Amino acid sequence: MTEHKTNSDINADFAVEMKNITKMFGSFTANENINLKVKRGEIHAVLGENGAGKTTLMNILYGLYQPTSGEIFINGEKKEFSGPGDAIKCGIGMVHQHFMLAMPFTVTENIILGEEITKHKICLDMQSARSAVQERAERYGMDIDPDAKIEDISVGMQQRVEILKVLFRGADILIFDEPTASLTPQEIEEFMLIIKRLASDGKAIILITHKLKEILTAADKCTIIRRGKYIDTVDVKNTSESELASLMVGRSVSFCVEKKESIPGDTVLEVKNLCARDYRGVQILNNLNLYVKRGEILGIAGVDGNGQSELVEILTGLRKADSGSILVNGKEMFGSSARSIFESGVSSIPEDRQKHGLILDFSVSSNLVLQNYRTPAFSKNGFLDHKKILSYAEKTIKKYDIRPQDSANSKASSLSGGNQQKVIIAREVDNDKDLLIAVNPTRGLDVGAIEYVHKYIVAQRDKGKAILLVSFELDEIINLSDRIDVIYSGRIRGELLSKDADEKTLGLMMAGGNA
Amino acid sequence: MSDDKKLNINFKSLISSHFSLTIISVLLSFIVGALFLLVLGYNPLSVYSALINGIFSRPRYLAYSVVYATPLIFVGLSVAFSFKTGVFNIGAEGQFVVGAMAACLVGIFVKAPGVVVVPLCFIASCIAGCIWGIIVGILKTKWGINEVLSMIMFNWIAFYLSNYIVTIPSVHSTGTAEATKNVGDNARILFSENIRRALCPTSNYGIIIGIILVIIVYVIINKTTLGFELKAVGSNRFASQYAGINVNKAVLLAIGISGALAGMGGAVHVLGMGGRISLFSTQEGYGFDGIIVALMGLCEPVGVFFASLFYGALKYSGSKLNLVNTPSETVKFITGTIVFFIAISHYFKYLINKGTNKVSKKRSKVLKNKEAV
Repeated sequence: MTEHKTNSDINADFAVEMKNITKMFGSFTANENINLKVKRGEIHAVLGENGAGKTTLMNILYGLYQPTSGEIFINGEKKEFSGPGDAIKCGIGMVHQHFMLAMPFTVTENIILGEEITKHKICLDMQSARSAVQERAERYGMDIDPDAKIEDISVGMQQRVEILKVLFRGADILIFDEPTASLTPQEIEEFMLIIKRLASDGKAIILITHKLKEILTAADKCTIIRRGKYIDTVDVKNTSESELASLMVGRSVSFCVEKKESIPGDTVLEVKNLCARDYRGVQILNNLNLYVKRGEILGIAGVDGNGQSELVEILTGLRKADSGSILVNGKEMFGSSARSIFESGVSSIPEDRQKHGLILDFSVSSNLVLQNYRTPAFSKNGFLDHKKILSYAEKTIKKYDIRPQDSANSKASSLSGGNQQKVIIAREVDNDKDLLIAVNPTRGLDVGAIEYVHKYIVAQRDKGKAILLVSFELDEIINLSDRIDVIYSGRIRGELLSKDADEKTLGLMMAGGNA
Repeated sequence: MSDDKKLNINFKSLISSHFSLTIISVLLSFIVGALFLLVLGYNPLSVYSALINGIFSRPRYLAYSVVYATPLIFVGLSVAFSFKTGVFNIGAEGQFVVGAMAACLVGIFVKAPGVVVVPLCFIASCIAGCIWGIIVGILKTKWGINEVLSMIMFNWIAFYLSNYIVTIPSVHSTGTAEATKNVGDNARILFSENIRRALCPTSNYGIIIGIILVIIVYVIINKTTLGFELKAVGSNRFASQYAGINVNKAVLLAIGISGALAGMGGAVHVLGMGGRISLFSTQEGYGFDGIIVALMGLCEPVGVFFASLFYGALKYSGSKLNLVNTPSETVKFITGTIVFFIAISHYFKYLINKGTNKVSKKRSKVLKNKEAV
């Protein structure tokens, strides 16, 4: 068949033009008639709730999915991608949320991987590779050490390596998927500068994010998608945070966590002189002390890798510590099993939702009773009561607004990331234990969902429960906590009341400085 | 248009369901088998009709098919149960062998009425199979030794152990046969004389025990908290540990139950068919047949039941193919191909999806063109 469409309405000014993109998975429509136009030199944000279809749209642009209908034009030319290889050839590059780097390799080696610069077509020419990498890094003001190994450098630098890798493959159109999820505030600032420089160099930048602030500071245009449908494209300079939020969610959203002054009661959790080593024998917790009282939220702020994950694993019984004491309601729980810790009154929202939080092959209803299937509420004499489990699941799905609403019998893997998180939050909040440990509870959630999660956490606090919040989002720590402990290389470095905290002071303390 | 879409989706979900993928695999295997027979100069139609006649033409043949299928139900359940719980029980062979030997020894030496000795035989086989599995389980959970390697070794240990026991004078047959003594008549689980005369000489109660076990395993997997735990550990051990399940205990339990099932298969084999154990020259292959049956039955107890009947019938009928001058390996070839196709059945799903997508795209294009006109 010949393409007899006139290209008069296609403007070659646009680096990317996606027209009426529809993508169906079975009977489910992930994208419906979505339009996206991105000019060269423009930073274009794609905003939408969890499961709105942003990632699907980007995977279509990157050639991972083929659209059910609709057309893609790159620099005014109609293209059909059968795989990412085709997209890369057209100058499209994608920086994924989870980096794909070879850990024991150096920065230079990672960047040239697959595009090696060679001498006589056989030998690697590391000398010129190194200088080529450095030249490009300097051009965009990216601070990297070309000889450092990936495992030794910070997350921010790893991201810069990812960007250079994509540039090295000749990308003119760069897609960033949730780029700031694991960066510190300082690193986020640097990142914003880098993408602005890339844009002024004529690259087209597509930014997928939930973070409205970042859109307002960096982006020129913003396309909003809600439940798979195209809503609007707005000029960022003519809009506001609350307008973007209500366009995205479809209702008005409040950003401040509304909560009363906390009235701390008895101590629920007390950790004394906790020491632990990781599998290499490196001291990862070093005489750590903390306590959480009823009716308060203790936030743990810290850069990833300073011992917070290990602390939580020990508190939930997944990891053994070397020495110290963990008192839950005055009872020593050091070295106890996960189940007895749970039964003593500790529930938790784990950091890795797909590894620890959910059994993806199980139905949503099974996941909702993952700890409580043995209780009389859901079983009798060793037999599961499927009816009760189902009716509980349906009730919970409604209460916590897990979408789709008829998913009680669907596999957890069929839900979007944000809704998977809601399943975990529903389960752990409904467990209603004395201590709730929440690790990055809103990671990857949109503002609407974040509002819900925060409400539930504050409600638990107001019910007189103790909350231990570990989060890499400083906003979240400051807004939600009553008291903040800063963790740095395995010990608590300092403590602040959240009303005295701001991002600068915290950022400094997190980097090991003194406030 | 919307009706059209609905039809399309229904058609797709029907054709890509696991059950129909298995049927497609079986049919394709027979087609591939036919091609091979053609190449080798046999008439596939006559071979296949001989196969089918060998099963259905006489009630006796059908009865034999069931007898052949019975032990397969047990090992099939054993392997299916292990798959569901995330352990790969490639050791069903060894568990089957020690189970058979345990039942055989009890049958030879315990002189008591049937109601006592038969349950004792089954309990012995259960325990033997269970221990054989759990040793491997302990090696795995205590020291992280890969269960597949140790199970294969334990299959050989069971093999030589069985052959050694056969040669012990007090166990060895008093006749010339290289086999154990016969188990006592009370220990046999054969149907009564009259029924056997109507069916076949080795028709036995094993099939009934098999059906009961199918139901029990189905209930354990789907209805009990135990099944919930074992499946959880099988699907995601980290989340299970996080949810407070004792993962090592669950792995041991899963291997133990799986081993007990295979062991009982051995008991049925001895008490139902031969009545004694001969010196092996090579591994019997029941454990591996169990893997085939479990895969064909999609690891569902009911599926395993029907897959066992199918495979047992083919095995029986195939053994008679030599009579029509066709290699009896034809059946082995076909079952191997079935496993191959089931293993790649996800690819069929992909092809089917792609095909129907193309069709619906073409349709919508045609529709669009019509609209344009």
